[in-house]
Amino acid sequence: MKLTFKDLRKKLYIFATEKTIGFTLISIFLGLVVGAIFLAAAGFNPFQAYWVMLRGIFAKPSYMSYTIIRATPLILTGLSIAFAFKTGLFNIGAEGQFIIGSVAATATGYFLHLPLLIHIPVVVISAVLAAGIWGGIAGYFKAKFGVHEVISTIMLNWIALYFQNFLIYTKGFQKPGGETSYSIQPTANMMILKTWKQSEAGREWLLQHPFWKDLLRTPMNWGFVIAILMAILVWFILNKTALGYRLRAVGFNKFAAEYGGINVNKNMIISMFIAGALAGLAGALQVVGVSHKVTLIAAMEGYGFDGIAVALIANSNALGCILAGLLFGALKYGGTKIQMFPVKAPSEVINIVIGSIVFFISIPKLIKVILSRKNKKGSTK
Amino acid sequence: MGYENVTKSLTKVIEMKNITKKFGDFVANDSVNLDVFKGKVHALLGENGAGKSTLMNILYGLYSPTSGEILINGKKVDITNPNIAIEHGIGMVHQHFMLIKPFTVAQNIILGQEPTSKMSVLNMKKALKDVKEISERYGLYVDPNAKIEDISVGMQQRVEILKALYRGAEILILDEPTAVLTPQEIVELIQIIKNLTKEGKSIILISHKLKEITDAADFCLIIRRGKHIDTVVVSETDEEGLASKMVGREVSFSVAKDDKEAGDEIFSIKDLVVKDNRDIIAVDKLNLSLKKGEILGLAGIDGNGQTELLEAITGLRKVESGEIKINGENITNKTPFQVISKKISHIPEDRQKRGLVLDFDISENAILENYYKNPFAKRGVLQYNNIKIYAKELIDKFDVRPREESKMARTLSGGNQQKVIIAREVSNDPDLLIAAQPTRGLDVGAIEFVHKALIEQRDNDKAVFLISFELDEIMNVSDRIAVIYEGKIVGIMDAKDAEVEKLGLMMAGGGNE
Repeated sequence: MKLTFKDLRKKLYIFATEKTIGFTLISIFLGLVVGAIFLAAAGFNPFQAYWVMLRGIFAKPSYMSYTIIRATPLILTGLSIAFAFKTGLFNIGAEGQFIIGSVAATATGYFLHLPLLIHIPVVVISAVLAAGIWGGIAGYFKAKFGVHEVISTIMLNWIALYFQNFLIYTKGFQKPGGETSYSIQPTANMMILKTWKQSEAGREWLLQHPFWKDLLRTPMNWGFVIAILMAILVWFILNKTALGYRLRAVGFNKFAAEYGGINVNKNMIISMFIAGALAGLAGALQVVGVSHKVTLIAAMEGYGFDGIAVALIANSNALGCILAGLLFGALKYGGTKIQMFPVKAPSEVINIVIGSIVFFISIPKLIKVILSRKNKKGSTK
Repeated sequence: MGYENVTKSLTKVIEMKNITKKFGDFVANDSVNLDVFKGKVHALLGENGAGKSTLMNILYGLYSPTSGEILINGKKVDITNPNIAIEHGIGMVHQHFMLIKPFTVAQNIILGQEPTSKMSVLNMKKALKDVKEISERYGLYVDPNAKIEDISVGMQQRVEILKALYRGAEILILDEPTAVLTPQEIVELIQIIKNLTKEGKSIILISHKLKEITDAADFCLIIRRGKHIDTVVVSETDEEGLASKMVGREVSFSVAKDDKEAGDEIFSIKDLVVKDNRDIIAVDKLNLSLKKGEILGLAGIDGNGQTELLEAITGLRKVESGEIKINGENITNKTPFQVISKKISHIPEDRQKRGLVLDFDISENAILENYYKNPFAKRGVLQYNNIKIYAKELIDKFDVRPREESKMARTLSGGNQQKVIIAREVSNDPDLLIAAQPTRGLDVGAIEFVHKALIEQRDNDKAVFLISFELDEIMNVSDRIAVIYEGKIVGIMDAKDAEVEKLGLMMAGGGNE
């Protein structure tokens, strides 16, 4: 009996430390345990709370849709940060790049008048370019003046935030009487079946099909599909192209890359441009798919910072960002449900869970130490 | 006569019995036995990673053995930390010195055991007297008032030895003591070792250099992959005998090389000036030239401008003034990419920093300079099939082990990492191959292989520029030898006319201009 327990622990140790997926799953589990402890300490029933949360994510088609909508920008900012990580850079600037992307999308979405099929691509591409340049600035500063990208991107984040607020108070952009911009033209709107679901025929049909009615209640849009395609594209670029080879070589060992004739500075700028473009795409999709405008913001909204956590949970794997983004979106959306009846727990507990997951993932040694402590004691004897 | 008979009448000061040390599943030492005798030098020979340092760290209390026991003067002891080792009279001189540079020699020696007068006031007079006394007794002459930063590496090593003696060491562990020394300093060190043993001290000499073992040691324990292979009486064997025991097969030392007439000049450096990282001139108006079909060896002690010279040639460092030409084309201050395209290949001195992307596998490393070219990439998309086929070819041709192109470079041994680099660079078919420290840290088997590759390159009428701190290597492999001292070439000679003493003198700055 004792032996089997020992074996089990050994297997668990290998599972948790040698295979990254196993390690990630255990970290998620431990994060949930920590959250449960906090819930219990505050006098709530953690099982009930988690059950409510689970139902809040899966019980209705609209819940799942909301989860996906929440996850979409996080997948993309996660990709942005993961991409930079893979090339040896730490992009804290996804937040600001997201803002620049959404501002550019709102501007082109409102001011330009284009046919339906052209307008959305124009909006998205200009947002991606603007945010790419925003990220590229940090890359340029690093290459040219040796300014660390963490410093420059943090500063660029604040510049982006106040730039958006400045625009919102600018005549012609500000919607009179509100602290928001004008909404984008209907031609730039990417919501699925937007006009149909408000039409007479549409409403009638939906009345008879409650599943679809519930699902289309949400601002369901193509963003999620684009995010998945982007994850595949990023994976392909990194692993299958000469550009990816170059970027990874610079990221893993810039000295060897330089020695091999790779222009390290140029590739740092390219890498930051692509990272910025991905975060900007998140902002653009948020505008064309969900919000349709930008509003005055008092503080960072956290898309970029949550992206760091997504990238960490995904171990910087492009395809892993899809799953990590979904997990994150689910926790964030489902977490709001525990505030309501019957649990009425503070939803901040979810931030504790997320924080703990990242914590456990960031210090793989801790799990190793916990799992191997007894093994070691045995062996030294 | 055999080890048993020779040692019968000697006094054992240390017995390490059946020492086994495991790190997880890895066995670093597998029942190793070591006896050290009073007044004798016991060498510890093995390839890199064979387990020499592990064994010594166990003796010095840095690791505790998984099993086995240690006896000092016949008594079983439990050495759990270095202080206990020092109490038992064990002193260790590490490969990297642990001295405080702005302090004087005497201050460094007494550090931690300062003689004090009343009221704990430092008694520097007594300290100086003590230091002088020990240094005279063992012939370890140093200036006790000189600052560490002002004295040579050889002198610093003496200070380290004195430090151990000051703490009452009866048994001295010397970890690769000659790695940093000039040939003259090596001769002096061997004399010091003899003086010490005459005074009854015992010495453990860790090394993978055969020559200094045959010169200095009485006995030699050979370890291979953690296993105790043999203990021999050094006077009853020779370098070849030791080498084959260390590597596990016959090794040839002489580098087989035919005479060859060098061709036209292909590469030249004129009045080159390069600064180091501290903005101090490291290469000072240096002139050199290479011909087709010759190996030019650059001899010199570490830190005389070799690194900066190499980086300047390969485009990794800015040239202040002067000119570098290959095939008549000026490549001064070109980017590494442009230099590579002019058919210059480079085996870098730091293979893990420059030579390899350790988190890439062998096949990805094999295309570091050519990843974007057909057939490795087509329209920007990597062709992994072609890359794998190419990597397999290199692995076969250059005998890289394991024979798996998908192995991460990080997991390879030093020798095999070096083979990957050499395979890649030689396959670029360069007109000039620069080899910097190509055999550093490699065992004799791998060294043989590297030398063959360099000579093959020369026999194909290419130029080879060999930079090494190992004088033996320079003398065996080169056709011509240049000596660098303080960023200048202080002498060039035909390898046939070169003598160790003369070269050593020039390397230390004592040569005729």
